[in-house]
Amino acid sequence: MPAKVLIVDDEANIVISLEFLMEQAGYAVAIARNGDEAIEKIESFRPDLVLLDVMLPGVNGFDILQRVRQQPEHRGMAIIMLTAKGREVEVTKGLALGADAYITKPFSTRDLLAEVRRHLNANHETFTD
Amino acid sequence: MFGGVMIAVALLYLGVLFAIAYYGDWRAERGRSLINNPYVYALSMGVYCTAWTYYGSVGRAASSGLGFLPIYIGPTLIAILWWFVLRKMVRISRVNRITTIADFMASRYGKSTSLGGLVTVIAVVGIIPYISLQLNAVSASFTLLWNYPQSMSAAAEPFAPGSLDTALWVTFGMAAFAILFGARHLDVTEHHEGLVAAIAFESIVKLAAFLAVGFFVTFALFNGPAEIFGLAAADPTLAQLFTFNAETINASEWGWLTFLSMLAILFLPRQFQMAVLENMDETHIRKASWLFPLYLLVINLFVLPIALAGLMIFRDRPMDADLFVLGLPMAAGSETLALFVFIGGLSAATSMVIVDTVALSTMVSNDLMTPLLLKLRILRPSERGDYGSVLLAIRRIAIAVIMMLGYFYYLLTDTSASLVSIGLISFAAVAQFAPSFLGGVYWKGGTRLGALTGLIAGFLVWGYTLPLAATHSIGGVPDDFLMNGPWGIGWLRPHNLFGLTDLDPVAHSLFWSLLVNAGAYVVVSLASRPSVLEQGQASRFVDVFDYSADSDVVFLWRGTATVESLRSLLERFLGAARTERELNDYGHRHGIDLRKTLQATPELVQHAERLLSGVMGAASARVAIASVVQEERLSMDEVLRLLDETSQVRAYSRQLEQRTQQLEQKSRELEAATGELRAANERLQELDRLKDDFISTVTHELRTPLTSIRAFAEILHDNPDLAADRRIHFLGIVLKESERLTRLINQVLDLAKLEAGAAEWNTIEVDMRALIGEAVKASSGMADEKGVQLTVEVDDAQPMTVWADRDRVMQVMLNLLSNAVKFSPAKRGEVHVSAECNDGWLVVHVADNGEGISAEDQKIIFDKFRQGGDRRLGKPQGTGLGLPISAQIVAHFGGRLWVESEPGRGATFSFMLPLPADR
Repeated sequence: MPAKVLIVDDEANIVISLEFLMEQAGYAVAIARNGDEAIEKIESFRPDLVLLDVMLPGVNGFDILQRVRQQPEHRGMAIIMLTAKGREVEVTKGLALGADAYITKPFSTRDLLAEVRRHLNANHETFTD
Repeated sequence: MFGGVMIAVALLYLGVLFAIAYYGDWRAERGRSLINNPYVYALSMGVYCTAWTYYGSVGRAASSGLGFLPIYIGPTLIAILWWFVLRKMVRISRVNRITTIADFMASRYGKSTSLGGLVTVIAVVGIIPYISLQLNAVSASFTLLWNYPQSMSAAAEPFAPGSLDTALWVTFGMAAFAILFGARHLDVTEHHEGLVAAIAFESIVKLAAFLAVGFFVTFALFNGPAEIFGLAAADPTLAQLFTFNAETINASEWGWLTFLSMLAILFLPRQFQMAVLENMDETHIRKASWLFPLYLLVINLFVLPIALAGLMIFRDRPMDADLFVLGLPMAAGSETLALFVFIGGLSAATSMVIVDTVALSTMVSNDLMTPLLLKLRILRPSERGDYGSVLLAIRRIAIAVIMMLGYFYYLLTDTSASLVSIGLISFAAVAQFAPSFLGGVYWKGGTRLGALTGLIAGFLVWGYTLPLAATHSIGGVPDDFLMNGPWGIGWLRPHNLFGLTDLDPVAHSLFWSLLVNAGAYVVVSLASRPSVLEQGQASRFVDVFDYSADSDVVFLWRGTATVESLRSLLERFLGAARTERELNDYGHRHGIDLRKTLQATPELVQHAERLLSGVMGAASARVAIASVVQEERLSMDEVLRLLDETSQVRAYSRQLEQRTQQLEQKSRELEAATGELRAANERLQELDRLKDDFISTVTHELRTPLTSIRAFAEILHDNPDLAADRRIHFLGIVLKESERLTRLINQVLDLAKLEAGAAEWNTIEVDMRALIGEAVKASSGMADEKGVQLTVEVDDAQPMTVWADRDRVMQVMLNLLSNAVKFSPAKRGEVHVSAECNDGWLVVHVADNGEGISAEDQKIIFDKFRQGGDRRLGKPQGTGLGLPISAQIVAHFGGRLWVESEPGRGATFSFMLPLPADR
């Protein structure tokens, strides 16, 4: 069973590119365009990894991250933050809140894929062990 | 019999004066001054009113009507200025321990002994006629009363005023009284309190006596003033005495006499003594400046009624009009009143004689004899001896001599001369002090040489035109001298110098003497250089109100003196007890024990000089001090340096004061500026924060399209065998995002330009109807694509032309239309454009039927990068800069852009632009 990736972003074109990249890499993909949708999809789709944009209409990325980390059932879920705000403070904040990685827009597709792969593999390893 | 009573009463009256004087001194010694109030001060100035006023005014009124008045108008006028002029004189005299008017002048012009001597001579010579006037009046009134009642009988011998014997006895009596009273002891205190008290008392007595006779004549002899004036009016010669018209009032004479008496009230030695030297408190001047004129007014009330009554009652009898005051009660048989009137006249005369002789004898001893004796080494202060008694002896002799001179003048001059004409000669003499005195007080440029020249010149002219000419009547000068001038030189005629013919003798004399005097004073002063001491004294006098304390005094002195020698010098003139007290005070103030000090400091020498000045005058004191100290002559350089330092210190302290004020001002300004700066800084910080936010937002906005572009570029790059449709789709995205990026960059730059005011505007007449049509047409493609219906409704009735930049307004229209289409629901969207002219404004509305904008969002949509809209629908396409730019453009043309919306009912964006005024 392929790993499940949830893409959360409000920019339609970015979503299209991420969807293409994740599907090409063989993951099952779900999409959320705002905070509320993201929370719903996390519950229903139960992704292994979330590509989470920070600036979202409604509930923002940090709030979602915080929520997920407070729920024990989502303990294994990898969360990679995607943001156009590349400031040091935000990176630190994201990591402090429990993000697994922090990727600044515009990103390199290869780096992004490598990062996603690394976290999914790590998760699978913990599962298999 | 009556004569005996008269002498007894006169002696009794003089005894009462002594009693008052002793009581005044006794009170002063106990520190409970009798005279320290403005009323006594004003009354003591009543010494102005002498026998001249008492007897002479009536005489003058009998011959020239209201002509007696100018002599009292002058003092009244000058009293208005007392607070400024007299106060300054008082202050200067106190600070410099001035003892007489001669001392004042000498002190001002560098403690000049020659000037002091000259002023003394002028004063003595000038006052002698005045004293003779008193002798004249007293002896005449005495004789008149002595011969009562024979003198009143119709068969009496024609009355000859003041037989020789009487006048001589009166002179002796007055001289003895003046010596006993005015030179009892060497007065070393600042004020003669007993004297002032007695003079004030005499002012009351003469006023009471004159008012008494006035009431008697007006209300007992006649039935009130109405009857007197009524009867007098019936007689043409009498009527003209109290008629004001060009014939009876000589305006020029009035003017000159008023001017003369203005000077006299300031410079008569006795007035200077009372008003300046005996002043206890400068604030008394304020009250005295209306009390004294009031006194003059009251004492003159009955002059005219008495004069008219006298002329009517003595119409057929010989009676000197100067003696009407006494003659009227005598003629009515009222002996007691006559006696009281005589005492009043005596008080008027004695007050003048006492104060003038005190002033003059002090001048003679301090400013004439002592410097002379010191210079001639007859008086040697360095040697032991009782110099106080020497000074006292000089004064007593001076009084006797002055009185005798007065007597001789009385003998020499025409005995029938009126009292007033005699007095005016003295007035004109003391008026000579005016130029150098007033110049000395208000002009630093006046010099000793100038004052000397002016005084001598003025005095000579005075002597030639008045007293010399006055000797004509007794054969002193021949008729020819007056008529044709000496040696027949016409322009030297004493009463018509240089052919001046329109003035009476007194005015004529005053005109030429003061002109020559003032002219010489000013010219010589300007031409001569004042000595260092003069300069110092000049500034001490002129700037007296600037010198707050003695510490400010310049010590232009260097030399060596022992404390011991100063002490013995002071003891000789001040007495041992006072010297001890003064030196102890000084030591106490300066924190030094003078018993253990050998060398005297310059300050102590100066102090000793000032103490001596109080006894012997400034000029003498300077000579006396010089005799005990080894004075080093300061070189001009050193003096200049000393003066320079002092003036620098003074200037510096003045600067400091100014600086302090400036600093206070500055600090207030600084505070204000700090406040402004703080506000500006806060604003700048706010702007900085906004700028940071802006940059952060802009980069964020830039990153978003860039992210898509890069992602798809990499995808296309890494997947060369991508399906064609996908490839086209992705490339389309790349192109679209590139356009978005470009648009964003352009708009950021555009907005920056607008905000900085650097945008270029091409303002022309814009037909808005056409522009709206064009904008709608351009947006119709976008609307059709989304299935939005565009409608336009424009008021056709009026021209819609505004002054604006066509492209910019088009930008606004397109922005509003694209926003409206964007936020309208797909397929069933409706966008309605309308325009109207309203009260000078063109208003354009663009309404949509979208979701509407919440009140909260309405506040922020005009901010940069703030987009409204339904969040659940994801991010609307756009830069978030359209509305801020549109708002800027509309504002530039004087209009405004706003939105009205209710959520769920669409939104209407409107903007207004001003229509040209002539439409």
